[in-house]
Amino acid sequence: MDKFTKIRAVAAPLPIINVDTDMIIPQNFLRTIERTGLGKHAFHNIRYHDDGTEREDFVLNRPAYRNAQILIAGENFGCGSSREHAPWALMDFGIRCVIAPSFADIFHGNCFKNGLLPIMLPQEIIDDLMKDAQNGANAVFTIDLENFEITRPDGEVVKFEIDTFRQHCLVNGLDEIGLTMEKDEKISEFEAKQKAQQPWLYN
Amino acid sequence: MTSPRTLYDKIWDSHVVEEQQSGNSLIYIDRHIIHEVTSPQAFEGLRMAGRSLRRKDTIIAVPDHNVPTTPDRATRIDSIESKNQLDALERNVKEFDVEYIPMLDVRQGIVHIVGPEQGFTLPGTTVVCGDSHTSTHGAFGALAFGIGTSEVEHAMATQTLILKRAKNLRIDVSGKLGIGVTPKDVALAIIGKIGTAGGTGHVIEFTGSTFENMSMEGRMTVCNMAIEGGARAGLVAPDEKTYEYVKGKPKAPKGGQFEMAVNYWNSLKTDPGAKYDKEVFIDAADIVPQVTWGTSPEDVLPITGNVPSPADAENADHKAAIERALNYMGLEAGTKLTDIKVDKVFIGSCTNSRIEDMRAVAEVAKGRKVSVKEALIVPGSGLVKRQAEEEGLDKIFIEAGFDWREPGCSMCLAMNADKLEPGERCASTSNRNFEGRQGPKSRTHLVSPAMAAAAAITGHLTDIREL
Repeated sequence: MDKFTKIRAVAAPLPIINVDTDMIIPQNFLRTIERTGLGKHAFHNIRYHDDGTEREDFVLNRPAYRNAQILIAGENFGCGSSREHAPWALMDFGIRCVIAPSFADIFHGNCFKNGLLPIMLPQEIIDDLMKDAQNGANAVFTIDLENFEITRPDGEVVKFEIDTFRQHCLVNGLDEIGLTMEKDEKISEFEAKQKAQQPWLYN
Repeated sequence: MTSPRTLYDKIWDSHVVEEQQSGNSLIYIDRHIIHEVTSPQAFEGLRMAGRSLRRKDTIIAVPDHNVPTTPDRATRIDSIESKNQLDALERNVKEFDVEYIPMLDVRQGIVHIVGPEQGFTLPGTTVVCGDSHTSTHGAFGALAFGIGTSEVEHAMATQTLILKRAKNLRIDVSGKLGIGVTPKDVALAIIGKIGTAGGTGHVIEFTGSTFENMSMEGRMTVCNMAIEGGARAGLVAPDEKTYEYVKGKPKAPKGGQFEMAVNYWNSLKTDPGAKYDKEVFIDAADIVPQVTWGTSPEDVLPITGNVPSPADAENADHKAAIERALNYMGLEAGTKLTDIKVDKVFIGSCTNSRIEDMRAVAEVAKGRKVSVKEALIVPGSGLVKRQAEEEGLDKIFIEAGFDWREPGCSMCLAMNADKLEPGERCASTSNRNFEGRQGPKSRTHLVSPAMAAAAAITGHLTDIREL
């Protein structure tokens, strides 16, 4: 997994609530057996016209935001389908961090497995950051995951909180499966106990 | 003595392998269902790392999202990408020796229909699948939730997931449902009340006499849509109805083990005095048939209502959301919902494709004629299809002008050839009305099976009580 320690990048405003994972990556692009290559399809239906040309009204098509690595969005970001293609598409596009008042649970979990950082902050702070993000190429933020800090374009620092285990994995680029496999003995003990109590689960 | 616990607490506690310092827990996974869309990258991950399946006896695989639903499905290829994905699943299950139900097997169907039908879904278990509607299996009192592909890989390799304990949300619906009011309407009314993020961070337990009196099929419909209310899982306490449904299913415990299992399952009920973090109470008598007007399941109203206006919004974000939804849906504020004409009708999906749903549609369809361009009925599995045909329902559908198909996810998410054309409007028994969900620029109105059938007959959204 890609490490995430600190980034300094433009943030793009996406002031839409309930951005669902169908919007982030429509069903047409789920017929892949790879994790990569989805960036060009991210937000397809609101990003492109029917003829494949770009829509000027979509924020990431505007010159100042083409290299944005941060999205500032409305509440309940990532709701709907569990498709991990959503974080894959965002990452492949170049987005490393999404800041919103709230996230849907499955999407939120999926982000951490892929080096994409979801930051939750109160609506009032999001409103301020959203205003910052309207400033085009000047909307440069620093996200420092080791110190749990966002530095706004004017230099003001905003603290954020995040699950310490997830932070540890992101900062060090750790493979969760490898970590869990070290618990093999405990898992085997659990299975022995469960098998004695609920043998029908082991037929 | 331990303090009183909820159903969720009990299932959670009984699956903790290890409590971790960070506040997360390593949770044991009993059952895992796999389909072709969210598994190929997980198998690839295992292959790359040289890892194997910890317990292949806990996994079944079935193709559903991409499969054609037309009678020529054996030879038909909707797209080369779909075929690649279906082929990849076949290769992977062979290589990793996973139990597989192929497309032409009578047991094939939507993962969330197949699990319960096979007795794979059992009370008190943890059930996962790379699909958000895994919440469906909560109807059995199983802690069932959707996971991403990385978690699919994690569960396959370790039989566990690293999870944070959720909060308890109780949603109590009590009383008798009115005529024409179905479990789907209950689910939509709940989402209308709590919103699509109302259950975020929570597991919902559905309590009250309305659920106690509901069939297993109905409970599955309600739990299916827990995720549309933001909750990763929904639960109904197992009872005699649950045991009756499970008994005799191919993978259910047999003989003495079944009795032993029932004893255990009876201990799972929420203890008297257990605390929920949040509680919502709804009177069943207040629920009328529901329909969505917008692009989020929370954009839902009684069928007797009118399309809302941005002026009704409580804040600027919601005002923008209503404006965006009206524009996308091509609707004017104030329009009577029953005046909205539909082009097509879709009856199916893991929400509403079980035998009861088929019967409800047949009841409306009998002796009437479809007036819309296309009205698909896609049974949830080959077994549902076979039963419907044994009951003669297929004849009623075909005579009325419905298109009776083979099982799969179909037009719920339009990954196969079943999709709406841009701008087309559909009354659908599925679970999501998101922008583009049923095809680019498609317009979806979520309704119950009976209401979808009624719309197919009249050509517009219809109050089933007035048909």
